[in-house]
Order: sequence, then C-alpha cells, then structure tokens
Amino acid sequence: MKSKNLVSIDQCSKDDILRILENAAGFEENPNRTLLEGKVAATLFFEPSTRTRLSFEAAVNRLGGRVIGFQDASTTSSSKGETLKDTILMVSNYADLIIMRHHLEGAARYAAEVSGIPVINAGDGANQHPSQTLLDLYSIRKTQGKLTGLTITIVGDLKYGRTVHSLIVGMSHFNPTFHFVAPDELRMPDEQKNLCDKLDISYTEHTAFTEEIINRTDILYMTRVQRERFTDLEEYERVKNVYILRDKMLRGSRENLRILHPLPRVNEIAYDVDDNPKAYFIQQARNGLFTRQAIICEVLGINS
Amino acid sequence: MAVEKKKELQVAALENGTAIDHIPPRQLFKVAYLLELEKMNNTITIGNNFFSKKMGRKGVIKIADKFFEQDEINRIALIAPNVILNEIRDFEVVEKYRVTLPDELVGLVKCNNPKCITNNEPMPTRFDVINKEKGTIRCRYCERKINKEDIIIK
Repeated sequence: MKSKNLVSIDQCSKDDILRILENAAGFEENPNRTLLEGKVAATLFFEPSTRTRLSFEAAVNRLGGRVIGFQDASTTSSSKGETLKDTILMVSNYADLIIMRHHLEGAARYAAEVSGIPVINAGDGANQHPSQTLLDLYSIRKTQGKLTGLTITIVGDLKYGRTVHSLIVGMSHFNPTFHFVAPDELRMPDEQKNLCDKLDISYTEHTAFTEEIINRTDILYMTRVQRERFTDLEEYERVKNVYILRDKMLRGSRENLRILHPLPRVNEIAYDVDDNPKAYFIQQARNGLFTRQAIICEVLGINS
Repeated sequence: MAVEKKKELQVAALENGTAIDHIPPRQLFKVAYLLELEKMNNTITIGNNFFSKKMGRKGVIKIADKFFEQDEINRIALIAPNVILNEIRDFEVVEKYRVTLPDELVGLVKCNNPKCITNNEPMPTRFDVINKEKGTIRCRYCERKINKEDIIIK
C-alpha cells in the first residue's frame, strides 16, 4: 500500500488485496506468533462495536502485542469536548498503532492525517469499513478457491449498505458478474453502477428474489432490510418478507455456493438455513481474525 | 451617447492591476467575498449592472496593483465559471484568461453531510474537484459527492 494506513478499500490495489489475503491465509494456518512483541496497539472505539473490537484485539493478542484503549467515548475526554485531533495526538505518544471506530464519516482519514503512527479504520459512520471488505474477500477466495470470474448475488439494502458498496469496489479487480436484488426504494445507487459500467463489469438488477437467480450464483451475499430506511412504511410491510432466504430456496443451487452476511442478521436468513453446509456467515466472522492480523502487519510494515 | 462610450470607460482605467470582467451581477458580492477584498488596502473599484453585449448585464471589479496567484483566483470559478481576468500593466492588458476550477478546494466549501467530521471538528474542509465541466466535487473525508447547485460556500 502507498500509505501506512488503511482508511478505505479504494486505496488497495489488486496486488495489495492479494498480498493481504495471502498473509491472512498464513495466519489461519498459524495464528499465534510473536510478531508484535513489545508493541502497543490502541483500540479507540468512539462508538461501540463489540464484534469488531474483539476481533481486532484478539488479532493483536495472538500476535504477542498489547492493547490499550476504550470501547465507549462517554468515558473519555472527547465527552468533555476534546477534539479528535488532540485525542489522536495524545494516543500517538503512547502506542505504535491506532485502530479506531467513529460515528462521524471521514474521522479515520482525518486521524490518519494528523497521527504520527499508522491508523486502521474499523468503521467511520456510514462511510468505510475496509477490514470487513477484506474479510469478505478472504471468505470468497477461501470458499471458491479463487476470486476471478465469480457470480455474486447481493440481496437486501443495496442503497445504504456500506459493506455492499465496498464489496463491489474490492471485487472490481477480479472480473465478477453481479446480480443486485433489492426493492425499488433500496436499489443500488448510480455511483456503484457507473463504476461497474466504467470497468466493464456486468450486472443485472432484480426486484424479485428467486431460485432462478440463486441457481446461477457462486456467492450469495445477504444484507438486512431495515425498517428505518423506508419513507413509505406500507412499502416496507410489502417487501420485508420478500428478501428472506429460506433453506428450500437452495434446492437447485450450485455445489460451490456459499452464503455470506456481514452480521448481525435479524430475519433475512431463516434459521433453517444454518444447518445447510452452504451457510458460511459464522465462519466468515472467524476469518476476520486472520484478515485483521494480516492488516495490522501490513500497516506496520512487518513481514509475516 | 452611452452607446458611443467604450466599455472600458464605464469605470476608471487601471494603470497596473487586475480587472475581473463578466461577473454575473447576482454573484458580484459573493466574488468580492471569496477574494477577500475586504482585507485588502489596494484601490478597488466595484461596478455592477453594466451593459454587456455578451450577457446583458455584468459586474466588474478592478483592483489596483494586485496580481492573483492561480489558486487564489480559481476559487471564484465555483460561483462564476465564465469570468474573464485581465492583467493590466501600464494601461495595457498583458494577459487575459478565463477562470477554471482548481483540482482541490481547501477551506472554501462546507460539506453538506452533517455527519462529516469536517462539520464537527475545527479543521479546514478539503474537496477534490471530480468533474470540472459539471462542477462536481467530493469531500476528501466523508467521500460525499456534491453537485454544483448544492455547493455551500463557507
């Protein structure tokens, strides 16, 4: 990577992505190493996110590093009105690496600009969450044996889902075919479709979630349709049960199909899918550990 | 009688300095604000609603002994894209050019995303100009795209 920070998936070239995923595979084989011995990582969670924080902290611990930080900004001086810049400069004095989550969009990029030490973005509002994208790519590569030439069907909230937009950017290097399945109110924004057009990536938009589409798919990426996204609640009531995956819909699906979900799920994947060997969303979260180990080494310039 | 007069004579001629011509009348005072004219001690002539063959009516600003840097002047392209700049030395126009949007706008535009860090932290905004013809810009921080008609000058 050009910079010593990971702020956005857009900054990763194809080679960057492949190198990080390759290193992540090495960590899956052997997750406990002392590459971070004597190093301190600061996890600054201005907004709580238990899953992401535990995953990053487990990654640091398994690499032999130590962790300082907070999991809720209400206990820090930012609640007294301290600027983000001051907090970041203060932490830069103590730690070797900052892993941060913030409710404001662009906070990670600003922190990376003012910080003297590497910054990893663990989510900035609705903007970017690059470690999620890299773990999605890792999960896709691991289950399919490759990243190139896959058919990926993305279902649910395609308008506001940041993981979905980043997934398109991340996969755009690997000649995918996309199917976008969403209600009209939550369809894929023009910006992402223009990107696909520009890169000659084929995509088809659907409003119906059918077996016919599933049967042509290698990766089924499910997302949550949230009630608060709808201006028209009648429309929500009409579509809320349309984008639910049930086990019987997988009858004719490909052998290599795997179902991904950035979690947490609510009802968009029925519980009868959990026992299907094609369900992969729990293992997907586990892959976050290895991917984050690789990301930490990448920004610190440590050869793993 | 007015028809006979040359338009340069509608306001006093400049010996040395910059004449900004063809400013849309409604944008004149915004242009003056963007150029921070109120901070200058130079002799400044501001005229508005002059007759223009090209645009019907126009605004003109003449600033004595002032020559702008490209970056300094290009910021006005945000609100007045067709403005013509005349650099005058010894009563002669030595250079004439149209303003164009710069690649980057620093501290000039307010991000219209209330959840953007720039609206919550004492810091300058930074926008990349992603389409100079259409005037589309994108916040460096929250990555929101803003179309020309939605741009809010700070």
